[in-house]
Amino acid sequence: MPVDRLLPSDEAYDLLALVRDIAAEQLAPRAAADEAAERFPRDAFRLLGQAGLLALPYPEEYGGGAQPYEVYLQMLEEIAAAWMSIGVGVSVHALATYAIASYGSEDQRAQLLPAVLGGEQLGAYCLSEAQAGSDVASMTTKAVRDGDAYVINGVKAWISHGGHADFYLLFARTAADRSKGISAFHVPAGTAGMSFGAPERKMGLTASTTTQVVFEDARVPVAYRLGDEGDGMRVALSALDSGRLGIAACATGLAQAALDVAVLYATQREQFGQRIGDFQGLQFLLADMAAATEAARATYLYAARLRDAGRRFSRQASIAKLVCTDAAMRVTTDAVQVLGGYGYTREFPVERYLREAKVTQIFEGTNQIQRMVIGRDLLRSVSG
Amino acid sequence: MNIVVCVKHVPDATANRTFRASDNTVDRAGVDGLLSELDEYAVEEALKIAEAGDGEVTVLTMGPEPATDAIRKSLQMGAHKGVHVSDDAIHGSDAIATSLVLAAALKRLEYDLVLCGMASTDGVMGLVPAMLAERLGIPALTYAVEVSIDGDRVTVRRDSDTAVETVVAPLPAVVSVTDQINEPRYPSFKGIMAAKKKPVETWTLADLDVDASQVGLDAAGTAVTSYQARPPRSSGTVISDEGDGGVQLVDFLAAQKFV
Repeated sequence: MPVDRLLPSDEAYDLLALVRDIAAEQLAPRAAADEAAERFPRDAFRLLGQAGLLALPYPEEYGGGAQPYEVYLQMLEEIAAAWMSIGVGVSVHALATYAIASYGSEDQRAQLLPAVLGGEQLGAYCLSEAQAGSDVASMTTKAVRDGDAYVINGVKAWISHGGHADFYLLFARTAADRSKGISAFHVPAGTAGMSFGAPERKMGLTASTTTQVVFEDARVPVAYRLGDEGDGMRVALSALDSGRLGIAACATGLAQAALDVAVLYATQREQFGQRIGDFQGLQFLLADMAAATEAARATYLYAARLRDAGRRFSRQASIAKLVCTDAAMRVTTDAVQVLGGYGYTREFPVERYLREAKVTQIFEGTNQIQRMVIGRDLLRSVSG
Repeated sequence: MNIVVCVKHVPDATANRTFRASDNTVDRAGVDGLLSELDEYAVEEALKIAEAGDGEVTVLTMGPEPATDAIRKSLQMGAHKGVHVSDDAIHGSDAIATSLVLAAALKRLEYDLVLCGMASTDGVMGLVPAMLAERLGIPALTYAVEVSIDGDRVTVRRDSDTAVETVVAPLPAVVSVTDQINEPRYPSFKGIMAAKKKPVETWTLADLDVDASQVGLDAAGTAVTSYQARPPRSSGTVISDEGDGGVQLVDFLAAQKFV
């Protein structure tokens, strides 16, 4: 059953209907096979781009859809429900896109955004390093100015779409200052001196390739720097809140997918002469899963509506990321429980959902970092 | 070139479809409706022909108020305008009455080519295209798997179990297309937004000078006299191989007359 959504306009209803069609016909049927084969579905992003789905929250002048985040995130939720790797991929692509849309010069936007929004150019986001995860300001990758270019050296880690992306949104150190010494760059694929590590062997999201990105004397023209020298941390932080909402929406979609499988199974599986769904013990399990999923959706949508209204939404974004990803973990775990032994096999999708849920508590700011953000914001609201 | 695509709004074929107990007509209220999947191929083919030359695509449908959804979906895919024939008297019309109304509407439109799906996914009769051509006095080319336009001639390929036929006719003509002809496009977000501004006209039987007594359930030459729910799917036969699995399989297939 499709999720009953409250949307702000007629076109948003038509849009979500389109997304559901694409998700059901083009994404869901191949998700399990591509995940098992660890096959990166580059063509799926092209399809989403052609349908205009990668462009939804951006201004019309660059080919965007000028849709509120409330609508964009629900689109993302539907996609993630059909195939989590694609949902996460869209969210990663959005991080890279956001940096260009927000900090690119007029020329950079006009030159780069149409292909990025149309899905012809897939983005990757190179922020983390092996020793700079949650503590991102400790990064050591260097960009040294040499004439009209920067010479980049260093290794970026945990890069989604590594080796498959058409451009890399790179953060590198241009000065020693911990946070003000970082700059942002648009690095096209194929730049000499850029190479990729072997794909990480991950627990889930196996169709979404994750690699190290290695820079060895890679030359990036000064014209490809986004914002001023030293603006990098600002660029990274500005995309953070929106990125957290993207992952919150994906996690909610994943929880919804697990719930849907569990409910269907509970109506079909019979034990002791009746459907297992008719046992109250199992109904309570399903009810708690539904409550967690719908509470997650309400939480990210509240943050999105604050964002759409131009209000501050940092704390709510962190709360949404925390609540939605924890919900996804719990709901996918319980879905395996509902399916019993079958749920533990790879014949059913719920064990994959469980594996996919785990990383949502880790990336885009661990849930411990989210608690720090929330806690600090609470104290600041009292002590200023 | 003016292309008119006749489309139908049908109950979702993947849902539990049923009839209205009051008059044994298709229940359109209890199930979500959508553009008949088989008509998407006709819309796609029209768009391809229009895009290859200088064409305009009009979508024509007949049905109650929600049928406008089928027009909107077609407009979102890229059709240029829509015509919706809607009249309470149409309720319960059979294929003969449907072709009468559609022909009357087409006589008020400019067309060089009329495209239809091979059948609707609810009635599945596939008769309307030929009836429509007869009423309009133009050729009918049915079950096309390939359509090409050359000046004022249309050429189609039809595939059957025993032969591949090439059929040529002068335009204007009615062509029905199968689900093998193309891969219908998805609308895009831009298409959704653009469709809001495209013109849709609504016509009644009076607008078309069609006598209401010739259409509807009372005028229908066919009637649904009774119906029953599809029996629940029974569990299949499980064969365990204890040395004779192959024989059992062949026996099963032979009993079903598969071999």
